[in-house]
Amino acid sequence: MTTGLLLQAAVSGVLLGGVYGLVASGLTLIFGVLRIINFAHGAVMMLAMYTSYWLFTLYGVDPYASIVVTAPLFFAIGAVIEKAVIEPNRAAAEHNQLLLTLGLALFLENLALVLWQGDFRTLRVPYAAVSFVIGDALVDLTRLIAAAGAVLMAMALFGFLRFTDLGKAIRALAEEPEGAMLVGIDVARIRAIAFGIGSASVAVAGALITPFFYVAPDVGESFNIMAFVVVVLGGMGNFVGALVGGVIVGLAESVGAAVLPGSLKQLVVFAMFVLVLLFRPQGLLGGGRGR
Amino acid sequence: MAADVDVRASRGSARSAGTAIAIALAALVVTPPFLPRYALEVLISILFFAYLGAAWNILGGYAGQFSFGHAAFFGIGAYTSTLLFLRAGLTPWIGMIAGGLLAAAFGLLAGYLSFRYGLKGPYFSLVTLAFAEMLRVVAVNTKAVGSSLGLVVPTAQPAAWQFLFAAKLPYYYVILAMALGALGITFAVERMRLGYALLAVRENEDAAEAAGVDALGMKLRAMALSSFLTALGGTFYAQYFAYIDPGITFGPGVSIQGLLPTIVGGAGTALGPLLGAFVLTPISEITRALLRGRAGADVMLYGLVLMLVISFLPQGLMGIARGGRRPVAGKPS
Repeated sequence: MTTGLLLQAAVSGVLLGGVYGLVASGLTLIFGVLRIINFAHGAVMMLAMYTSYWLFTLYGVDPYASIVVTAPLFFAIGAVIEKAVIEPNRAAAEHNQLLLTLGLALFLENLALVLWQGDFRTLRVPYAAVSFVIGDALVDLTRLIAAAGAVLMAMALFGFLRFTDLGKAIRALAEEPEGAMLVGIDVARIRAIAFGIGSASVAVAGALITPFFYVAPDVGESFNIMAFVVVVLGGMGNFVGALVGGVIVGLAESVGAAVLPGSLKQLVVFAMFVLVLLFRPQGLLGGGRGR
Repeated sequence: MAADVDVRASRGSARSAGTAIAIALAALVVTPPFLPRYALEVLISILFFAYLGAAWNILGGYAGQFSFGHAAFFGIGAYTSTLLFLRAGLTPWIGMIAGGLLAAAFGLLAGYLSFRYGLKGPYFSLVTLAFAEMLRVVAVNTKAVGSSLGLVVPTAQPAAWQFLFAAKLPYYYVILAMALGALGITFAVERMRLGYALLAVRENEDAAEAAGVDALGMKLRAMALSSFLTALGGTFYAQYFAYIDPGITFGPGVSIQGLLPTIVGGAGTALGPLLGAFVLTPISEITRALLRGRAGADVMLYGLVLMLVISFLPQGLMGIARGGRRPVAGKPS
């Protein structure tokens, strides 16, 4: 184990961690507003990745440019899912809402399997091989763009929530649902919008990684689990926590991969998850609502 | 009080359904030798589903702890009996007990950690999922247990005492006995102090504790029983299909297979998992036949059924049978 290798792992970990952070931001927004743990978050990401993939393969649309299509499209899809599937079951028991999103995840994932089979697909962008050296580490352009794009998107989301009226309404609902209703906020509409924004962020994350990742029906699963880990680490409903948690998980995974043989790196992430759930369910940074 | 009504209602429905059950039971025992091979396979698959559901139901339905990680126990059962068979020549009939005990020990450990630190609702689901995934990753990376290639159970010399049969029929009777056994255990639990205590904990844990119920102890008992039974299902799977790998046995799919028939049939009811399995398996078989070569169509339909059941029949199919008299299985506090 050389320091160079470790440094390389750390760099790619931090870069991928940014993407985890964006995926988790969407999940944490949905949790904050709707109080449900969305098991279908990764499945929505997978569908968005297929959309970017097909736009590139059929029409030659660059995956980054595809965001112009996928972000609004998946905002709409998310809002429709919330209206049609989640909203009618607002009163259901907590575990039933969890099962609802689990059913949705099974449905979407296997819909993709039926439509496009299980093959791993990759899209070849002309700049896929471009990379440069920073210090001792080799950095792929696509990974750098993904991390930068994810952080930019997360910051835009953060700014939106902080400074716009709609963003304030969303935060009001997350903090104090009854109070939000009392001051005349249309809470049902806000819930649909929040689910839409969460889905759009994960669609952006999907588009950002397609230039260097594969697309398959179960590609969202690992991101989903990773996002759970990140969200729990950062504190449920905590935005900054999601970004910080993303970088921590990305780092742990990459360094784990460099140090441990085979796919044991996943063990590091799950072990962190279990430990945080057991001992610090309010998240490392606190502020969220655990338990 | 809610628990009281619940138990009385389930007793009533159990008694009135007694005759129907006796007839169905006789049919399940007598007719299979005359059935074509395909029908027998479907029946085995139904009973296997029902068995896993009944095992999950004890923890998920009665104790209200929604595990998403029962694959952990299933995999421990499958791997323990298969490894003991392959490496030490121990018959899986004994190996499955060893696997069950190991799974129960793991369940007690995982349960103690989770319950001790107050994990409830979705957080319990997530932590159980993580435990199962950890075991999957360990199995994939351990050469001694076959890593991702898995383990093959040699079937060249079938022998009843080695839990290897040349025909499907003996497997059918084994899984029938296991499913009936699990049902019997469920009925027994319903009538025991444990059953009442579990319902009390599920409906309102704080109130139950105030009334002197040892909530942690009761949930751990449910966990141990549920994980032990699930592990036996793992051994059955290994012997019947003669092949196991980490993805099949420790993957999230198995956990969902235990939960699905129970939710569809009715969580917290003894007959729910059986009913759910009898409805779900034929649906999946028909879809598979209609959409030949389209992998995923059956699971896609499962997802749809799960959403529909939660939306329109939150009590499961047993909820219809009861005419909605049953109080809603509590919103967790």
